[in-house]
Amino acid sequence: MAAVLPSVVVTPLASEAGPWKRAWRRLKRRRGALIGLAVVLMFVALALFAPWFAPQDPIATSWGAIRKAPSVEHWFGTDEIGRDVFARVVWGTRASLLAGVVSVSISLLLGVPIGLAAGFLGGWVDSVISRVTDAFLACPFLILAIALAAFLGPSLTNAMIAIGVSATPIFVRLTRAQVLNIKVEDYIEAARAVGNPPWRIALRHVLPNVAAPLIVQATLAIAAAVIAEASLSFLGLGQQPPAPSWGSMLNTAKNFIDNAPWMAIWPGLAIFLLVLSFNLLGDGLRDALDPRQR
Amino acid sequence: MFEYLVKRIATLAPTLLLVSMLIFGLQQLLPGDPAKILAGEEQDPTVVAYLRTKLHLDEPLPLRYAYWAGGVLRGDFGESIRNQQPVLDLILQKLPVTLELALLAFAIALVIGIPAGIVSAIGRGSAWDYAANVFALWGLSTPNFWLGILMILLFSVQLGWLPASGYVSPFEDLRANLAAMIMPAFVLGNAIAAVLMRHTRSAMLQVLSSDYVRTARAKGLNERTVVLKHALRNALTPIITLGALELGTLLSGAVLTEQVFTIPGFGKLIVDAVFNRDYAVVQGVVLVTASAYMLLNLLADLAQFAVNPRLRR
Repeated sequence: MAAVLPSVVVTPLASEAGPWKRAWRRLKRRRGALIGLAVVLMFVALALFAPWFAPQDPIATSWGAIRKAPSVEHWFGTDEIGRDVFARVVWGTRASLLAGVVSVSISLLLGVPIGLAAGFLGGWVDSVISRVTDAFLACPFLILAIALAAFLGPSLTNAMIAIGVSATPIFVRLTRAQVLNIKVEDYIEAARAVGNPPWRIALRHVLPNVAAPLIVQATLAIAAAVIAEASLSFLGLGQQPPAPSWGSMLNTAKNFIDNAPWMAIWPGLAIFLLVLSFNLLGDGLRDALDPRQR
Repeated sequence: MFEYLVKRIATLAPTLLLVSMLIFGLQQLLPGDPAKILAGEEQDPTVVAYLRTKLHLDEPLPLRYAYWAGGVLRGDFGESIRNQQPVLDLILQKLPVTLELALLAFAIALVIGIPAGIVSAIGRGSAWDYAANVFALWGLSTPNFWLGILMILLFSVQLGWLPASGYVSPFEDLRANLAAMIMPAFVLGNAIAAVLMRHTRSAMLQVLSSDYVRTARAKGLNERTVVLKHALRNALTPIITLGALELGTLLSGAVLTEQVFTIPGFGKLIVDAVFNRDYAVVQGVVLVTASAYMLLNLLADLAQFAVNPRLRR
């Protein structure tokens, strides 16, 4: 008897873990996605251990080393007031990653509940939410973010809020569309029939089933948010000087392009690599998580 | 078709109303008293009082919105606090510059993106397909202001072929105008080309595997006719729908591109306004951009009817 029981208990658990395990197996087979994941993790390590990777002070100026070309001492050269470009690129990872992750978290925290409410409740709630979402989507993403950042005032925090709010409508739409598909499934009907309250059905039965497309969209949205933060910083609306940020480094570099091109090359390359990796990872996740791809 | 069009245009009105509320509401985000912020550093009490009456700041919010929206409907977007010019005049001055940039960029995106998508779909799995996909990833992941700086480095600083800045009106000197616009247009078009390539590839793959394409091949038509006449026409419908969404990217990207190449367009206007705390200009630009975006999407819907006769019924 005792020998039979565990297998009975274990079997449903194993099948529950199935879809995610299978997705991971599929993801592992995609070289692009794995490279993306590796580079993202490398940037995370750079951000966490910035003092260890770049012992030079990213904001210390040195009038004796202005716009020096890359050398053994300064791997990426120095900028217009003698700061070490390598240290600034490494420390700038913090602003970019933070902006990517925090903005998308804001979009998820706002967008998913609103989309869930619209799709699940329907009726006038849905109409109101959908119309407001349309209005937000009518304003191009970056223009809306610039306007929000302009009125909130220039700072990294406000840039993250502006980007997060501007990207929210996409998550509202996506969640709503997924909920509408799932709402009519038999297992939701069954959950209702057993007497679950609507909030419990929404959270326990609907939400886990819309998670996959949300994860894919969130990964791609981080890529977009990193570019958006760099753009706002480039315009002077993000991270404020002297704190290092890739976007603002490029803004300064533009003025010294003819005699200090290294100031422009490295921060741009860093943005490109980070965004590319999130895009690769997102594409891979989409292929791995989308059941239609099987 | 007529019925659909009427419906489509009718939904524009409430959206536009909400957009205007959203843009007006931005003002509420200003920390502190708007009159004091607009009055500048000195905060002269008479100026503050004047601004308060002028902007109806003592009145309730809905009423203030009504004043503002009423003005907008009459073409009065307020006045720039920087140079006392009507906001609408400023916008109309800058609009043609951005429009030229956007049109050139979109043309470049079409010329690169659609053929690349077709080639990659036909040779699925080939080196061409691989190259086109690498190009798409590059286009999607490169911040356009960085690409702009790199192009200035190569073509202006190193080779000296093209000017790094210095916009000239096309009516003054078309050659100089195109020389100044070609780099920014390429930078702006690059990202959109990448998206168009991806959409074209997947639409073409779907169409190429359909029965009527097999029939067309079976009856002995040459591959060129099959691909360009039979397949592409049908693939265009989803490409137009999805491509239209990229027009927003085009408008957003123009802000950065104009900043890099110091082109005196719309993007420069909004960035300068942000730094001059010229909020009426910011609101005006966002409102016009949003309206333009909605209008372009409407035009894209109309283009659907042009390429897909089945919709005309």
